[in-house]
Amino acid sequence: MNWASWLIWGFAATIVLTTISAATQGLGLTRMNLPSMLGMIFTPDRDKANLYGFIIHVLAGWIFSLLYVLIFHALGAAGWWRGVIIGVIHGLFVLVVVMGLLPGLHPRMASEQRGPEAHNMLEPPGFLALHYGVQTPLAILLSHAIFGAILGAFYKLP
Amino acid sequence: MCVSPVILRMPTIADYGIVGDCRSAALISRDGSVDWLCWPLFDSPSIFAAILDRERGGHWSISPSSPCEIKREYAGDSNVLQTHFRSASGSATLTDLMPVSSEEFKRANLVPDHELLRQLSCTEGEVEFETDFYPRLNYGAADARLRDAGANGLCVEAGRGAYRLRSGIPLTLSQARARAVVALKRGQKAEFSLSYATQAPAVVPALGDRVVSAIERSVTWWQKWTAASEYRGPYRTAVTRSALALKLLAYAPSGAIIAAPTTSLPERIGDSLNWDYRYCWLRDASLTTRALLGLGYVEEAASFLTWLLHATRLTQPELRILYTVFGRRGPLERELSLRGHCDSRPVRIGNDARGQRQLDVYGEVIDAAAQYALHVGGFDRFTQKVLVKFGEYVAHNWDSPDEGIWEPRTGRRNNTHSRLLCWTALDRLLALDEKKLIDGVPRQSFTDEREKIRGQIEQRAWNPDLGSYVSTLDGDGELDASLLRLSWYGFDHADSDRLQRTFRKLREKLASKDGLFYRYPRQPPEGAFGICGFWAVEHLALGGGTLDQAYAQFERLLKYSNELGLFAEESDPETRAALGNFPQAFTHVGLISAALTLAEQERGKAHPAVHTGSDVRASTRNAT
Repeated sequence: MNWASWLIWGFAATIVLTTISAATQGLGLTRMNLPSMLGMIFTPDRDKANLYGFIIHVLAGWIFSLLYVLIFHALGAAGWWRGVIIGVIHGLFVLVVVMGLLPGLHPRMASEQRGPEAHNMLEPPGFLALHYGVQTPLAILLSHAIFGAILGAFYKLP
Repeated sequence: MCVSPVILRMPTIADYGIVGDCRSAALISRDGSVDWLCWPLFDSPSIFAAILDRERGGHWSISPSSPCEIKREYAGDSNVLQTHFRSASGSATLTDLMPVSSEEFKRANLVPDHELLRQLSCTEGEVEFETDFYPRLNYGAADARLRDAGANGLCVEAGRGAYRLRSGIPLTLSQARARAVVALKRGQKAEFSLSYATQAPAVVPALGDRVVSAIERSVTWWQKWTAASEYRGPYRTAVTRSALALKLLAYAPSGAIIAAPTTSLPERIGDSLNWDYRYCWLRDASLTTRALLGLGYVEEAASFLTWLLHATRLTQPELRILYTVFGRRGPLERELSLRGHCDSRPVRIGNDARGQRQLDVYGEVIDAAAQYALHVGGFDRFTQKVLVKFGEYVAHNWDSPDEGIWEPRTGRRNNTHSRLLCWTALDRLLALDEKKLIDGVPRQSFTDEREKIRGQIEQRAWNPDLGSYVSTLDGDGELDASLLRLSWYGFDHADSDRLQRTFRKLREKLASKDGLFYRYPRQPPEGAFGICGFWAVEHLALGGGTLDQAYAQFERLLKYSNELGLFAEESDPETRAALGNFPQAFTHVGLISAALTLAEQERGKAHPAVHTGSDVRASTRNAT
């Protein structure tokens, strides 16, 4: 295990992932703001949620990158395309499983069964997070593929 | 509560009542037939659409076998519909509802994702009923395949979901429908549950005691909700029913508010003015938010504003006209091969107004947000930034043509009403800035642009030959009822010479009998537009007339609801028939707003909107 390489490139890949997430929102691909969504688990204050969410997202990305590195070790090689494959699988997992679980896990997110009580809640993501825009799956897959590609390309196996 | 003989003809629009759970709604005719139901969303394809095609649309009727007198009411201040049948042999009550309960109850109990409950109860003698369950999928395009699941009821698989009908009486399956005839004696009940789920295993809802408690729980929930209203005026019944109707049009999981739960109910019987209103129009939703806020329903307003900020994120600062409840662009319009309500074709789904430009939307959204801020004391920083961006968009784009509030499909014009709402947008942001409720407002440029808009309206929307404001800048005398809003948004005093003269012209050209107003002259004429009559009430109450005149106008308009207190988009002044989609948020918003204005004027308080506008005008005078 090359800890230094993981620390550097795991962090770099996570920063790029966060940047791409912000860019896909800015470019109109998706309404989803993952850091904000994560931050709102802890606070309803949007400004604080963005900050908390950013920190959580970076830490989580860093930890997830460890999983990628372990898979590279198990495969005996890294490489950008291996990273892309793992990233796409990771993205699919987020879209299909995590987004489906989120309304049950997130204390400030409505489920699609909510009502008629009206409380200020985050809207549910729906299947493949399509409620946040029809191109949301593309944005998530793209960002995770690039996350994997950076790790695969730059992580040095000892 | 009025009594009418059993319906032997096709039900009219006013013959329908609505039940819902703030995620979907069903329309039920006076003779007990569910003729409109779309699950899981308001704009999902229908399973029952007999309101649009008696033969092919699909329906679920529970009706007496012999002629009956029928009277309908909601159970207290609730959205639980009760239809009372009285025949020569006895009396019975049909109770229809989509059960509602608290989130706490739902966490602790298994409840179906979507459910329509129907309970038939004989109260006197003996009454025979026939039930006919005839689902037709995808707006009547296909028969449903009914599968007998034994004790678990009948199942219908449809796309990603499945319907389940449970019945307290045995049903006979015959091809694509299930029927039964049952004679109930005093004290006997028959219960039915239709549920829908997109996930398996679905909840199989129980009948019996569970139905009784679901009805009680739902009535209690709605009554608790209505008890929170702060309205204390003389029209409590009408205002409460309007609030309940509006609440049903709110989609709770996201906070969006749709314009109406139906599509293609005609604005002119037998004609083609048939549109799909099952989407969230920002204008209608903002006005609904403002009305509910006026009644003290802050949570609903907060939910809508949260939805608004997220739904429009991809296009900000530009706003589209209409969205789905999850903030997607409304679908393209297409026509269905249904016969249409009273042969009014085409039946359309989707709405091509989605591509229109309507600059008034910014004013309505910002005005609703401003009223919310005055209630709760401000916004978070993100919301402030978004609202300022909307204002900047208005400041850069107000001097351009648009389709305007009435959504004509004849092109863009320089609409006076759109200019008025652009003025309102900047005016409200400046008012919020003065009250220190928002940061980042470019005070000088907004003030300059606001005054330019005022100048343009005063110079170019005023037609000196006619002696009235007119619909478009430099217009040749065309009038429309949106000019009634000049006083309400605080642009000018209702008792000013110009607005008095404008009101006289509007009344001369657009008023029909009983205080109804057409939105604009049209040949052949469509119905009078429900909300416009209520705008006239507010204009009168704000000083355009006397309070007595305003009360008289208001009470004349109340007669145009059906006996349940529900209003359509329009009314035929001659036949009193309801026209257009039903029930219509816009009309109920008008009723609530007018009732609030009357109550406030009665108490001698300034109307909130005028109050805000006055503040801003005073500050502007100081600045200049």
